[in-house]
Amino acid sequence: MPKKTKSPVKDLDRSGKKPSRRKTDIASSVDVVPKGTNDTWIYTDTVKEHFFSPKNLVTDASKMKGYDGLGMVGSPACGDMMKIWIKVDKQADKIKEMKWQTFGCGSAIAATSMLSVMVSEAGGIKIDKALAIKPQDITKRLGDLPTRKIHCSVLGDKALRSAINNYFIKTKQKDRVIKEQVRIIDKIAKVTDHDIEEAVLEGAHTLEAVQKKTKVGVGNPEVIPEVEQLIRFYTEKYFG
Amino acid sequence: MKKKIYLDYASTTPTDPKVVKAMEPYWNTYYGNPSSLYQLGLKSKEAISQAKIKISKLLNCQTDEIIFTGGGTESVNLALKGVMNKIEAGHMITSSIEHHAVLHTADSLKKSGQAISILPVDAEGLIKLSDIETAIQDNTRLISIMIANNEIGVIQDIQKIGALIEKINKARAKKALPRIYFHTDACQASGTLDLDVKKLHVDLMTINGSKIYGPKGVGLLYIKTGTIIRAIIDGGGQEKNLRSGTENVPGIVGLATALELTNQTKHKENARLTKLRDQLITGILKTIPKTILNGHTTKRLPNNVNISILDVEGEAMLLYLDEIGIQASTGSACTSTTLDPSHVIRALGCPYEVAHGSMRFTLGKYTKATDIKYVLKHLPDIIKHLRAASPVIVDMKEVDRAIKNAPRKIETL
Repeated sequence: MPKKTKSPVKDLDRSGKKPSRRKTDIASSVDVVPKGTNDTWIYTDTVKEHFFSPKNLVTDASKMKGYDGLGMVGSPACGDMMKIWIKVDKQADKIKEMKWQTFGCGSAIAATSMLSVMVSEAGGIKIDKALAIKPQDITKRLGDLPTRKIHCSVLGDKALRSAINNYFIKTKQKDRVIKEQVRIIDKIAKVTDHDIEEAVLEGAHTLEAVQKKTKVGVGNPEVIPEVEQLIRFYTEKYFG
Repeated sequence: MKKKIYLDYASTTPTDPKVVKAMEPYWNTYYGNPSSLYQLGLKSKEAISQAKIKISKLLNCQTDEIIFTGGGTESVNLALKGVMNKIEAGHMITSSIEHHAVLHTADSLKKSGQAISILPVDAEGLIKLSDIETAIQDNTRLISIMIANNEIGVIQDIQKIGALIEKINKARAKKALPRIYFHTDACQASGTLDLDVKKLHVDLMTINGSKIYGPKGVGLLYIKTGTIIRAIIDGGGQEKNLRSGTENVPGIVGLATALELTNQTKHKENARLTKLRDQLITGILKTIPKTILNGHTTKRLPNNVNISILDVEGEAMLLYLDEIGIQASTGSACTSTTLDPSHVIRALGCPYEVAHGSMRFTLGKYTKATDIKYVLKHLPDIIKHLRAASPVIVDMKEVDRAIKNAPRKIETL
């Protein structure tokens, strides 16, 4: 069992206690103001709780032994990288434990921590159910994320699927290995992540270029942050 | 009582109480429109004239060479669009580390048919004089280079660049080629550096109030007499027809007062801040492994510290620092509206991951030695914690190699 993470922020190491926030303090109610906009990014208390006191975090990867599946997605260049270890109850076909490490911002760390709780709470969840987890399910449990930060939470479920695949391969259940499902990114233009991957492979490395090929996000600008993240992700994957 | 340490003075400064006091009468007592001919209007007009006199002494220019605007970004827009839109199919040169006010205006000029060249910088953030010479074309009309960078604090040798352009202009005059104007964005420099436009050899210079303990939403553009420029805002013809709109009298008074005050104390304050800056830089580099100082060690603003801390992400650091009362900023993509990390740190040749892990601490007049000690006491623990949670191990040698092998070419937009 890896030891419990100790937060360097002493008065914040609340270990599961409800966070107490001084409402009068301006610095704590206004969080991050992005460059070039007036939006304030206020994280919910649940996000902060998971960010400052992450659950199931691995602090020394060299001590991780006896796990059944290991998965990794992202890269430091694209700003997010996640590594997930799982333990499986083979009889019940359930995930018993999920441990993780994340390089990323507040949203990315909180989302991975929440995901680890979701798959291991109440004795763990069935593998099929774990495979069906979508980024939106994580965001919902976090009590929502600022719109612009949703793209930071889209890698957690991918990393988990990659760990489960690794388990399938290790246990010779090759028929269960799932190829990364096609995901619709833009419902209006009906563009999937595969379409974006194809566009990147064909040499479109900017949003403009990908839009020329796919029309993604043209009538649906809310999806653009995710599209940009995917372009970065695939560019890094194939050309990085 | 929770500690509150503001280390983001490059983002904006608190307004000096003396500035607030100087502005005060112009809200309710002398509220007249400077264009009105009665006493109240004349009082406002007089306040603007006085402000111009004060500023002209600091800049070593004529009073009618100063145009007040709505801030640094507007001044930059007026300088760049005002000069370039006066001609067709012209060419402008700027650098890869300029503020977005310059780079995005350059984008917009490109769309309206102007050609743009972007100069690279070296690993320490400095522009090479020879690159400027190479980039100049027959139809070059404007060169815009900032004095001091807002992210990494690097100070360019504007005096030398200005003198070079002046020399080139003399040669061009003989060949009947048009004159090249030189604009500098001095927003970050105006509280600390020499602003003598004759020494700097500039034709245009942008200054704003919000970085020098003055009010936000007010700036100025110095325009050398004879510069061919046109307005970008149409209206009542205020400010020599170059900036229409009723003048922001309290803001103008505040800007002039702030400039005067910072210039009175800058020598002493620069020395004090340089000491604190170097303590913070040395402290971080010494106590935290895998850290890189972004930008030149000495050719940098006295108040700027920008360090990349590898294997961790900037926003995560920023949030932890905020929780213990330290307010700073990062070049990570996660705090910007786009997904791109700092273009300035990328321009140094650093890979994306170095930009994602960059932290900027900018000091100011309320920064005390104990504040620096507080940062140095807590930052290492925060980094240790975040690094323990991070699966990333960036190879420092690869970073060095990437910086060394960066292409550093003059780019055409």
